[in-house]
Amino acid sequence: MKSDLLRFDDWTSPVPPVSREVLTALPATDEGLPPVLFVPGLGHGAWAFAEHWLAHTASRGFPAHAMSLRDKGDLRSYAHDVVQVAASLPRQVVLVGHGAGALVVARALGRYPARAAVLVAPVLDGWTSLGAALRTNPFGTLPALFGGRLRLSRRQLFSADLPAAEAREYLLRLGRAGARAHVELVRHAPPPRPVGSPSTLVVGSPDDRVVPRSSLDRTARRYGAAPLLFPGMGHDLMLDAKWVEPIDAIMDWLSKEITA
Amino acid sequence: MAAFLPGPSVCKDRRVHDTPDIADRHDAVCVIGAGASGLAAIKNLREHSFAVDCYERETSVGGAWNWRHDRSPMYAGTHLISSRPLTEFPDFPMPDTWPDYPHHSQLLSYVERYAAHFGLGEHIWFGTEVVAVTPVGDGRWDVTTRSTGGGASRVQRYAAVVVANGHNWSPKTPPYDGLVTFRGQMIHASAYKDPAQLRGRKVLVIGGGNTGCDIAVEAAQQATTVWHSTRRGYWYAPKYVFGRPVDQVNDLMLKWRLPLRLRQWLVQKTVRLTVGDVTRYGLPVPDHRPFESHPVVNSQLVYYLGHGRITPVPDIARFDGASVELADGRVIEPDLVISATGYLPRFEFLAPELLDMDDNGRPDLHLHAFARRHPTLAVIGLLQGDAGLFPLAHWQSVAVARWLRLRLTDPVKAAAVQQRESSRPLRSWSRRQMVPSTRHWFEVSHTSYLRVLDDLLKHLEAA
Repeated sequence: MKSDLLRFDDWTSPVPPVSREVLTALPATDEGLPPVLFVPGLGHGAWAFAEHWLAHTASRGFPAHAMSLRDKGDLRSYAHDVVQVAASLPRQVVLVGHGAGALVVARALGRYPARAAVLVAPVLDGWTSLGAALRTNPFGTLPALFGGRLRLSRRQLFSADLPAAEAREYLLRLGRAGARAHVELVRHAPPPRPVGSPSTLVVGSPDDRVVPRSSLDRTARRYGAAPLLFPGMGHDLMLDAKWVEPIDAIMDWLSKEITA
Repeated sequence: MAAFLPGPSVCKDRRVHDTPDIADRHDAVCVIGAGASGLAAIKNLREHSFAVDCYERETSVGGAWNWRHDRSPMYAGTHLISSRPLTEFPDFPMPDTWPDYPHHSQLLSYVERYAAHFGLGEHIWFGTEVVAVTPVGDGRWDVTTRSTGGGASRVQRYAAVVVANGHNWSPKTPPYDGLVTFRGQMIHASAYKDPAQLRGRKVLVIGGGNTGCDIAVEAAQQATTVWHSTRRGYWYAPKYVFGRPVDQVNDLMLKWRLPLRLRQWLVQKTVRLTVGDVTRYGLPVPDHRPFESHPVVNSQLVYYLGHGRITPVPDIARFDGASVELADGRVIEPDLVISATGYLPRFEFLAPELLDMDDNGRPDLHLHAFARRHPTLAVIGLLQGDAGLFPLAHWQSVAVARWLRLRLTDPVKAAAVQQRESSRPLRSWSRRQMVPSTRHWFEVSHTSYLRVLDDLLKHLEAA
């Protein structure tokens, strides 16, 4: 078993630095609440949170930050980037990861004692998600298995409630992740045990066509709780029509955790 | 916890205690010192739900890294000797845009950000000195503190004491013959702050450690004449080999678990190919193999030797008026002598037997951290490693916090762990094959030491 203490990878070939995109929304007054850092999944960027969730989080009194993952990275470098951004913020950070970003956050939690963590529609069971993706969107998914591009479809990411024009616009903004990251999404070591034992919340939708309900339950069980469910929403809870419900529930949970 | 619930008798007679025992801090842990090691201790004890009171004699954090502090050994040109990835806290990395070998002022800002990020300041009593720490039986401790400005002292009772007072602040100067007659200026390296102190002078630097070499190099750029006195030849490693920081290359050998003999052979070959034959410059041949003395990492010393700016000389025989006689009979006349002869650990507030100190003042602690006969007394950061200290101090304090927590939650298991630890062989965590010197009292290989800590941490996990 690999040791937490002996980090030869980091000691002998440190992750090279990159400039990282971080978008920020600050509350009107600083009430000393912990900063919240949103981490997007593959294909998405900081923009996906900047649409609604960032400003909403700030309006609830929390300093809100959203970052983008580096181009052509792997899981190790993504987690490195999350910890780098977290450590650059003035106070202990709440990490919120979406989709594959939740897997990145789960990795980062082994390296940084977060104040709390939220895994939104987490893609932690790669094989299950691959099966779901192949069922819903075989032609968009297959090429990615052979080093090609992953094309996510409207049916996977959004519910029918989201106006078609908006959905189209979001799909056009989706970027491209590295081939290495696609493989690691399916085949990766189980996430490490979080350091500093932060409270962790799992959020998802039973109608998510990327992360099936069974997978949500498994992930939530690993972090010792039941998932918080928002029926009728697609995988992209932060962009879908009813985006306000999950973020409000997350903020309610967080406020309770902070004062506890 | 049951112990804190009011008993039925108290409820019945509604007696009000007019002299509450305010000095008793119950399960709280006392941390001494708010340098990097002390801060790691506070953070990790807090993560294990301990109340913590940290006492710091200065009015700010940073310990040795804070050049404003009386006891800080920093000089203007101090940079890290170990590279950034091997020096940062394992759970709070330095910015990856920083150089491989950051400046000491960057280290201070890093330590300050660590303290602010984890909100450690509220647990620290600044300007407060610990005067005495005495056991009161039952594993508890009375800690006497006093404001550094003077005033009355105060005694408080703690469940455990974690000492993190540093070991690079009490200068060690060998008793040279005739030193009292010396008419030049003699300072310890701890009093060397700025290259301006060297400008235009004839300087003798004593000591072949990292500080001695750094100061000799700075003197080579500032002074008129520089002598560098060492007792023996050393393996001067360059800061970079094969375009990588040297400790990162060394760790590649450790990652592959190459045997010591092979590593020694590889280092000899590498030094030969990169630095070359240092005896050409008048340096003595090392009297030991690589890895048998604390690593000295300096790329510039050999450079200035090659430019004739530094004259290597042997040990000091005696001081005599204006001159210094060397072991080989040569006589030189420096007007400034800087003795970079190291530091000794000092624990004025602890009775020597608590740390099992020998007559030389050398503590004998399990893993250089746990007092052998006092399970609630530990020392953090009392190590000399072949990598940065922060990671070692971090994992030490995690082990101490877990150990103290396990004692409370599962005393039976804690006793079993203690039993197991008492049979752990010394050679598994301590470097034995070293040149005998106070310099090597606490020498460890960071990989061997962390492997042992890893094993201990697994056994300390709550059932």
